[in-house]
Amino acid sequence: MNNLALIATVLIVMALAYQLGLTRSKAVAGSGERLHSRPGYYGVLVALWCGLPALLLFILWSVFEPGIIDLLVFQQLPPEVAAFSEREQQLVMRRIAALAAGQNVADPQDFERLAASQQARLEMLGHLSMLATMSIVAVVGLVVARRHVTPRLRARNHVEKAITALLATCSGVAILTTVGIILSMIGEAMNFFRFVSPVEFFFGTTWNPRFSSSGAGGQGEYGLLPLLWGTLMVSIIALLVAIPLGLMTAIYMAEYAPAWLRSVAKPVIEVLAGIPTIVYGFFALIVIGPFLSGFGELVGLNIRTTSALTAGLVMGIMIIPFVSSLSDDIITQVPKALRDGALGLGATKSETIRQVVLPAALPGIVGAFLLAASRAIGETMIVVLAAGNNPVLHANPFEAVSTITVTIVNQLTGDMDFASPQSLVAFALGLTLFVITLGLNVIALVVVRRYRQQYE
Amino acid sequence: MPELPPSLLSLDRPGSALSNSTGPIIDFAPDASCLDVEGLSLAYGGKPALRDLTLRVPRQRVTAFIGPSGCGKSTLLRALNRLHDLDETVSRQGSIRLEGQEIHAPEVAVDELRRRVGMVFQAPNPFPMSIYENVAFGLRLQGGMSRRRMNDIVEWALEAAALWGEVKDRLRASAWSLSIGQQQRLVIARTLAVRPEVLLLDEPASALDPISTLKIEELIRSLKSQLTLVLVTHNMQQAARVSDYTAFLHDGELVEYAPTASLFTNPRLARTENYITGRMA
Repeated sequence: MNNLALIATVLIVMALAYQLGLTRSKAVAGSGERLHSRPGYYGVLVALWCGLPALLLFILWSVFEPGIIDLLVFQQLPPEVAAFSEREQQLVMRRIAALAAGQNVADPQDFERLAASQQARLEMLGHLSMLATMSIVAVVGLVVARRHVTPRLRARNHVEKAITALLATCSGVAILTTVGIILSMIGEAMNFFRFVSPVEFFFGTTWNPRFSSSGAGGQGEYGLLPLLWGTLMVSIIALLVAIPLGLMTAIYMAEYAPAWLRSVAKPVIEVLAGIPTIVYGFFALIVIGPFLSGFGELVGLNIRTTSALTAGLVMGIMIIPFVSSLSDDIITQVPKALRDGALGLGATKSETIRQVVLPAALPGIVGAFLLAASRAIGETMIVVLAAGNNPVLHANPFEAVSTITVTIVNQLTGDMDFASPQSLVAFALGLTLFVITLGLNVIALVVVRRYRQQYE
Repeated sequence: MPELPPSLLSLDRPGSALSNSTGPIIDFAPDASCLDVEGLSLAYGGKPALRDLTLRVPRQRVTAFIGPSGCGKSTLLRALNRLHDLDETVSRQGSIRLEGQEIHAPEVAVDELRRRVGMVFQAPNPFPMSIYENVAFGLRLQGGMSRRRMNDIVEWALEAAALWGEVKDRLRASAWSLSIGQQQRLVIARTLAVRPEVLLLDEPASALDPISTLKIEELIRSLKSQLTLVLVTHNMQQAARVSDYTAFLHDGELVEYAPTASLFTNPRLARTENYITGRMA
């Protein structure tokens, strides 16, 4: 019986247990005493007692069984295997496992065949004993729980507690994952700082990580500033595009557009946010870059095809919907009373918007800008394709630049050795990026929340 | 209410010349009317809210509109300074005249009309700026005013709204730092600053505590020496306390319109009596 079928069986048994609990509670209720909870809760409680311990057992068994079997099989191997290197031992174990599963293995040794049949036997044994234990646990749980069904059993409270535990576990998974990612980033970044001092990293102005494969010796230079500057330059260009366009779009949509246009145009603008960034990337590379370059020639400017300008421009288009959609919502939330008040004093519509509505919505709009900014800083694909990957500190937006995200991609693609600073620097970069975007998000949330409170 | 200094007061309004008419109550007609509503019908997207309504609002008096929720009293109030203009779903027939001039006439600029006919809403709606800037808002819209003159008018308006003493030391503070009652008086000051001829009040005290309500009511009484006031209220005692004339509206129609004292003590129609004695929601 494979694991999926096993879980299905447990669920079916739980359904049966539910029915048993239900009929039992009805029988108890029939005897005249009033039940504490509705019958369904008794059914669920019995089902939980029957199924949960069995499932828990299954999980524990699945986690520990392979290790124990490996250990047992390994002890049976001839002594010369113990003398092998670790890598060879792993290879042998993998060949044995494949043999045990009935797969073909190139010229198997006798001792391997023997070990394989032993492994197969152990696995069968383990599986059967797991089935037996699970059945016993399920039946015992069922019988005990069913006997406990009495009018005074607070079944509902127990079930509610189980549901709370389930929900808490689910949110715990997300939180623990976040914490785990942060901790592993910090740990690896610490490893990196053993090679390169934090001062050199955060204040260095040269980025030149020689790849170990080039055999040039030395470990290269890891100055963050060119990358940080590139990131800022691209993001600022993007925001210079997105903020005016997005804000004016939002004002038009919220205040002037007729209802039919709004209902059509708003979703269309939001589609911009749904286009994969790689598509924006090659749009920048193939259309915008050459166009800007040609335009530069026309007016006598030297604009490279892949430059901070190209990437920033396209990224700006990408984040327009963030600015426009959020600002639109916030402008619409400004109470009608404020507009009426201004109109009632003889203000025209545009005076009302400029002098009353926008100031009232400003904190929320700033929040929208900050969210858009953190999005721009973390954006990768557009800059990989269109920024030119040139990690040099310069102030010319028509030249190629490199950003933190692009550099992480570069450091972690191709052959790599996770003990070298060339790879480990990616974690330090990632951590920097994380801290920057986290900071922006926190500020944005605080600003937006403060705005909401004003009207509550 | 202190008098506006003569240098600021350029309005020339005739004094009250109301007759104490006790004639037929429903077509009560003061002879010094400020606003004339004639045959006014108004509908929201085809749903009628006012039906063929005709009434006159006397100059420099407080007129109250009462009636159950949805009777059209707020709609009528908003129609008096054309606040419905921006809502495309509203259709209107009939005329409204301010001092004899049709307010829907093409030569009437709506912003000028709204300056002459100010409005105060149910919930205080101070703008997100300082106390001073709130009051100066309407003046700045008109433009071309010296700093000094603006200061004088702001002080006068705050004083007229009985707020000057409470805020004179913190004119630069945010208007949202005031209490709700103060905010409502600030909104009244803001409206007074542009020196309207008519002040429309849409349940101005319904969001306020009893003490603030009392202050607003005193304010309303003190203002009628200079302005025509129209008050929409759900509170019968309030209408009785502050208004000179009361119109009872029901279902978009004018039911009874009379001097307040006579409407409350001696209503002519059973419908009116039922409403003011609380037998009809």
